[in-house]
Amino acid sequence: MKTQSFEPFITIVGTENAKHTQAQLMAYSYDATANFQHKPDLVLSPKSTEEVASIVELCAKEQIPIVTRGSGTNLAAGTVPSQGGVVLLFNNMRDIIELDEDNLTITVQPGVITQDLSNYVEKNGLFYPPDPSSMKISTIGGNVSENSGGLRGLKYGVTKDYVKALTVVMPDGGIMKLGGKLAKDVAGYDLLSLMVGSEGTLGIITEITLKLIPLPQTKKTGIAYFNSLEDAARTVSAIIADKIIPVTLEFMDKGTIHAVEDFMSIGLPRDAEAMLLMEQDGPEEQVTQDIQKMIAIAQEQGATSAILAATEEEAEGLKTGRRVALSALSRKRPTTILEDATVPRSEIARMVKAIQQIAEKYDVQINTFGHAGDGNLHPTCLTDTRDVEEMSRVEKALDEIFHVAIELGGTITGEHGVGEMKSPYLEWKLGASGMQLMKHIKQSVDPQNIMNPGKMFAKETKKRLVVHGGH
Amino acid sequence: MVVTELQQRMQDSFKEHVSEEYLMDCMRCGFCLPACPTYLATNHDESHSPRGRIALMKAMRDGDVVWDGSVKGSFDMCLGCRACEPACPAGVEYGALIEETRVAIEQVKPKDISEKVIRKAAFDGLFADQKKMAGTVKLVKFYQKSGLQKATRKIGFLNLFPPFMKEMEGVLPDIESKKKKPSVLKKQTTRVAFFSGCLMDTLFQETNRKTIEMLEWLGAEVVIPKEQQCCGALHGHSGELGKGLRNARANIDAFDSDDVDFIVNNAGGCGAFLSEYEKHLKEDPAYADKAAQFSQKMTDISSLFVKLGLNARLKQLAAPVEGIVTYQDSCHLRNVNKVFLEPRSLLEDAPGFEYKELIDAGSCCGSAGIYNMLQPEMAKRILDAKMKGVKEMQPAKVVTSNPGCLMQMQVGIQREGLEGEMQAVHIVDFLHEVIEKNQK
Repeated sequence: MKTQSFEPFITIVGTENAKHTQAQLMAYSYDATANFQHKPDLVLSPKSTEEVASIVELCAKEQIPIVTRGSGTNLAAGTVPSQGGVVLLFNNMRDIIELDEDNLTITVQPGVITQDLSNYVEKNGLFYPPDPSSMKISTIGGNVSENSGGLRGLKYGVTKDYVKALTVVMPDGGIMKLGGKLAKDVAGYDLLSLMVGSEGTLGIITEITLKLIPLPQTKKTGIAYFNSLEDAARTVSAIIADKIIPVTLEFMDKGTIHAVEDFMSIGLPRDAEAMLLMEQDGPEEQVTQDIQKMIAIAQEQGATSAILAATEEEAEGLKTGRRVALSALSRKRPTTILEDATVPRSEIARMVKAIQQIAEKYDVQINTFGHAGDGNLHPTCLTDTRDVEEMSRVEKALDEIFHVAIELGGTITGEHGVGEMKSPYLEWKLGASGMQLMKHIKQSVDPQNIMNPGKMFAKETKKRLVVHGGH
Repeated sequence: MVVTELQQRMQDSFKEHVSEEYLMDCMRCGFCLPACPTYLATNHDESHSPRGRIALMKAMRDGDVVWDGSVKGSFDMCLGCRACEPACPAGVEYGALIEETRVAIEQVKPKDISEKVIRKAAFDGLFADQKKMAGTVKLVKFYQKSGLQKATRKIGFLNLFPPFMKEMEGVLPDIESKKKKPSVLKKQTTRVAFFSGCLMDTLFQETNRKTIEMLEWLGAEVVIPKEQQCCGALHGHSGELGKGLRNARANIDAFDSDDVDFIVNNAGGCGAFLSEYEKHLKEDPAYADKAAQFSQKMTDISSLFVKLGLNARLKQLAAPVEGIVTYQDSCHLRNVNKVFLEPRSLLEDAPGFEYKELIDAGSCCGSAGIYNMLQPEMAKRILDAKMKGVKEMQPAKVVTSNPGCLMQMQVGIQREGLEGEMQAVHIVDFLHEVIEKNQK
């Protein structure tokens, strides 16, 4: 992009809403993914759907790439402007437009911080369950574009289960409205679902209506420590088999426990091999019953300790500890590469075991935490990008984790998205015809490929691993 | 990218001074963003966030960004409040990084003459030598006593300075004649060496006198080493770490750590730097051990008051509630020394007041050492946001733990026209007054 072509963009948003200094371009060149960085040419903060549409029209005319960015917490390089162009921010679109208590919906602009939205609805006795670990920082627009999950996914599902309506600016600058405050709607293809999780590759979401539910009466948190990963994994299966659906069933291994304790000093036992965080919400009686049952199951499965969190503060501390696990792990080594392999929950014990074996096989350090209850694990590789030899072992290990996950009926990403980082693996999951259909969709919606180019579709698919030996 | 000579020198300087290991600790998760006052005050401009600044440090080191006003501006805009540190799960040493960055820049950056003069006067003169500071304060005192203060306020002499400095001048405390310091007192159970601080010992002499009085009242024996100097924090935060450490060594020599149970300070900004002597001097074989002992004995006045049982004594002094008292954290006391419960517990137990928590009490007031003089616009924006919460609450007293914060909050109160209704006070002065008033 040439500097003189900035002018028409600046005319749309105003000087104060266009960033293009050296410092600013560098500050929007990355997200939370290691090893991906590229500077944009221009960073714009539109104030309305109409301004977004004008910007997109200009980009279409000049074939300028356009990358939408919330708070830049993406873990798959989905918001890195890898081909330059315009980065679009939503810091001027942070309004809560309407809380509709008759239809139990809330309509917001995409720049609202997830935590703020959650606090706002809870003040009104309502509940927005999706709670990605980055919710204190992430925007709701980013959550919708990535179809973010979170700690409560097991019982309440993920972002897509709450999106009722969207306003989307299409790649030609057209404005499209999808869905409505409806419980049922089968008019045409489910375009709403197509847009959720499309990672900015099909259009730009500028207004969002979300479903809310009544705030559960009460919640309780239990915590269990184990001498082995297998005991913890077996506990998860046993809880589900006992027909309990807890709101949260989170897992951390020894390395993660240590890292979190280093940061928070909340008294996690450093000798435990694994811990489970179990939370239930709902009517008091049911919650008490479920949590006691889960504690009993943990004890049966060999927990060294299984107790109820004594206070709300203690429970919050434990959940915060889990939310910061990834960042806390990064204190151990210079580079942190996080994976998001997800398997059917019945396979969780096998997946955990496989990850351990893979780490040993390639002699790399992998710590695992994650949403054990819904099969969504976060094996995290602690390494150093400057060490070329180690990095090649890391890559092989990660390839094999993807491979095993798919073998077990799982997927390459449960909640972080494909972005640029996982795009070479997407075909492993979708197969040739799945990829073909996705490409057809992309080409017909965005023929010029200006919407977040370089994401989701890799130039080359990674060669599928041939793994010898039993898994 | 055209590599000019300045660019090359700047890159080399970053490579030399800014630690690659510290930079690699940042995994860019963004957990620091909501904690950063300048990120929030700039409508979420990532180049004014800790994550953005770390990316810029790395880019400078790697030669990926051109050194220009915007890059410099990003570093200059940092308050150095270090609120990002407790927020960072990865344990990034941001305070060290920004200090190293400032050193790197100072080595190379061409300075205009007036900045050179100010820096030289401040860092080699005023803040290097307690005697000079006392001399300067005598001048200020003369200026206040002689009626010159009134005259200069009238004729607008201070219009020559940035507006914020003018406001600052308006809130300078009137200086009383320096009373003779009491030296060693009769043997008590707890022996405390008092770090009197250059500003606290001159402009805020009364506060120091009361600090000693209260410590003695609580049964401590107080000694005041005569050879002590400015702590060196202002140097360290301004890219003059070498000069800061010169003061650090002088202070370590001045205090005989073996001889006392605690070394106490009553200024949050100083306390943080004093407690980091250990870190800064760990590579200095002659001083590493002494610095460690010095830093480990260092404590802030509120923590020491709590240890010496002030809470219980306050509780004995019942009085009807007459107003609200609130507390503005000193960033460095909170974020570096992790002290925030102790001052609050003292205020909660103080008779005659109801303690209420200020909204965002833990975020910077914009004072930040000499930041409010160097970055008056941003400092004002941050202070205005802070004052919103103060106005809503209408406290009688806004208590602080650091002279910079104290003056800044007083500026805020004046600018809102609330001088008649409330007052910013140092925690020692507040507690002293409460005790004096209610002691039977």
